[in-house]
Amino acid sequence: MNTPTDRQTQHQQANKKLVGRLVLIVAAMFGFGFAMVPLYDVFCDITGLNGKTNSEAVSTVAVDADLSRQVRVQFVTHNAKGVAWPFQSSLPSIKVHPGVMTQVEFVVENPTNRPVIAQAIPSVSPGLGAQYLRKLECFCFNQQPLAPGERKVMPMQFYIAPDMPNDIGTLTLAYTLYDISNRGDQPANAQTAAP
Amino acid sequence: MTSMTEQNDIAAQQHDETNEHHHYAPKGIMRWLLTTNHKDIGTLYLIFAFTMFLVGGAMAMVIRAELFQPGLQLVDPNFFNQMTTVHGLIMVFGAVMPAFTGLANWMIPMMIGAPDMALPRMNNWSFWILPFAFAILLGSLFMEGGGPAFGWTFYAPLSTTYSSDSTALFVFSVHIMGISSIMGAINVIVTIVNLRAPDMSWMKLPLFVWTWLITAFLLIAVMPVLAGVVTMVLTDKYFGTSFFDAAGGGDPVMFQHIFWFFGHPEVYIMILPSFGIVSAIIPAFARKPLFGYASMVYATASIAGLSFIVWAHHMFTTGMPLFGELFFMYCTMLIAVPTGVKVFNWVATMWRGAMTFEVPMLFALAFVVLFTIGGFSGLMLAITPVDFQYHDTYFVVAHFHYVLVTGAIFSIYAAAYYWLPKWTGHMFNEFWAKMHFWCSLVSVNVLFFPMHFLGLAGMPRRIPDYALQFADVNQIVSIGGFAFGLSQLLFVVVVVKAARGGEKAAAKPWEGAEGLEWTVPSPAPYHTFETPPAVK
Ligand code: HEM
Ligand SMILES: [Cu+2]
Repeated sequence: MNTPTDRQTQHQQANKKLVGRLVLIVAAMFGFGFAMVPLYDVFCDITGLNGKTNSEAVSTVAVDADLSRQVRVQFVTHNAKGVAWPFQSSLPSIKVHPGVMTQVEFVVENPTNRPVIAQAIPSVSPGLGAQYLRKLECFCFNQQPLAPGERKVMPMQFYIAPDMPNDIGTLTLAYTLYDISNRGDQPANAQTAAP
Repeated sequence: MTSMTEQNDIAAQQHDETNEHHHYAPKGIMRWLLTTNHKDIGTLYLIFAFTMFLVGGAMAMVIRAELFQPGLQLVDPNFFNQMTTVHGLIMVFGAVMPAFTGLANWMIPMMIGAPDMALPRMNNWSFWILPFAFAILLGSLFMEGGGPAFGWTFYAPLSTTYSSDSTALFVFSVHIMGISSIMGAINVIVTIVNLRAPDMSWMKLPLFVWTWLITAFLLIAVMPVLAGVVTMVLTDKYFGTSFFDAAGGGDPVMFQHIFWFFGHPEVYIMILPSFGIVSAIIPAFARKPLFGYASMVYATASIAGLSFIVWAHHMFTTGMPLFGELFFMYCTMLIAVPTGVKVFNWVATMWRGAMTFEVPMLFALAFVVLFTIGGFSGLMLAITPVDFQYHDTYFVVAHFHYVLVTGAIFSIYAAAYYWLPKWTGHMFNEFWAKMHFWCSLVSVNVLFFPMHFLGLAGMPRRIPDYALQFADVNQIVSIGGFAFGLSQLLFVVVVVKAARGGEKAAAKPWEGAEGLEWTVPSPAPYHTFETPPAVK
């Protein structure tokens, strides 16, 4: 029969091996937590789930207009916490035929006496509709520097993809305006643009 | 505590006298600081968990006092939010989880015929870093700007853009708690895999051991994800990253995905060991073997597996597409199947058993009934369309308190009363223990049952003030709360009395109890099973 000390040394080897494996799992899961960040973006990109629109201009291939139906596109603007700059779209909403290019203007004003940098972040509801709202030009593609007192008219050009399912009758495009003056060196959409 | 120390010292001395090799264990405080003995560490965990239970409970009393009447009377809203946040964090990470780890330390080696935990020194570390974690968390309450006030779920941007300056302390304390429970889990796995007595085959393992093994795997799978997400909160707040900040290209909804990927398995971490406890106690007092042992093992494993694919049932209202809502709804409902198997097995075990109603059995029975109520309200919440109505209301608060208080905590009480004779060597005072049970049972239902109605009527959770029509029910709830809080002090009375003295407990004080832990004398000697026992 084994003495207790024999048993101990036998176990020590086995223990070390198992601990090593378990620590590997722990490390892998810690990595997985961070890997969820790019995975999330890729997943949303492929499925178009979370209402993000394209962050760079789509190429202007000719699309056939679908004059048989109209889609209402609503524009909503918000200011993030601590931003008190007037920011509005020229129209509250517009009815468009899928495939027809449309331009809408947004106006932002810097009422302060210091230069600021603004960044607008778009989001579309319903989320599944986001992939059909294609932008050719958007002020949200870039940071928007604003001189003291400057009032800026910013165009946004888009069309609705004609293959958008019929059950989506209204799209809401919401912009939130952030003050990124203090983090101006960072490219906007740094993470969404990555994949 | 002194008497426990003395009494364990005596056990140690007796052992030294009767055994061939000698240990010169340090005395007094150093003994506890340096101990690597699984029974000592188990005791430390249990005392710590109960202390935290009282601290977190005191915060709940503040919450219920403020909510006794509509309007703001006792505390300001920011402090109220700190109370709800820290109450939740303490109860989850400071009370329920350490209590289970304490039970694991005490019982797993004795149940599998091992001399100690496999990694005794790491065991000492996993316990002794915990008090520091909670000292940091509690200390942050006294900083300027206050402690964490964003809820135990610390959703971004509440925890990033809008949180107080002490958030770094919150993050570090969660890191330490995480490291502690990961080390504890590794220890449990290695002990169960490597130190079982030679003829203790997998399908002979007591269910408490099985459920803890599966829990430990859940812990090492998700605690690192929690560590990751708090780290992201830390860098978003202090180092200019934008994981969750839309202005920098991040996404606050992603926080919820990562958090609940940890969070849902976490709620099962807090209930699987309970299943093991109840599966030990019901057969003992029904005097029948557990019905469906193998199905219990498979049900536990499938609950653990499913818990990784249901997380978004906490996020039905974040604007998921229909397919996502349906997927998470059906997966969540699927979990009710293995859970139902368990409840069925417990009831079938009692069927035509020769039942007696000692205090551990009373708590176990209350567990079965009340946990099931919590399971049903969970099912209601899993129905996506109605969750839009119930989400973030007191209905959710009622749900998780039924599963956690009358579930997890009642099972811990059941375990404590079941094994107390083994730990102290004395029978506890039956009268006061029964008082503790009945007072808790009545008050806990007065406390949590009406919350269902408050939630259905639309009272939001996490608010210091509320609309007038909720006043009467809140008053009843608060009274139940104070009564439940006071009733818990009876447990202190019972444990202190049993530690000091009382009727001597036999090696097997419960007639129908099964398992290796009942083959050693009561109180369990300082060292047990230095040579592996035979298992029938
Ligand atoms: C049949 C089993 C269960 C089902 C179907 C279920 C379902 C749910 C759902 C859908 C929610 C989200 C409600 C909302 O926020 O709108 C929820 C919340 C919650 N559940 Fe369960 N649950 C079950 C069992 C459990 C168990 C066993 C525990 C813990 C031991 C638990 C703990 C919690 C907690 C803590 C929350 C609230 C988290 C928070 O928002 O703070 N649940 N449950
Ligand atoms: Cu859940």
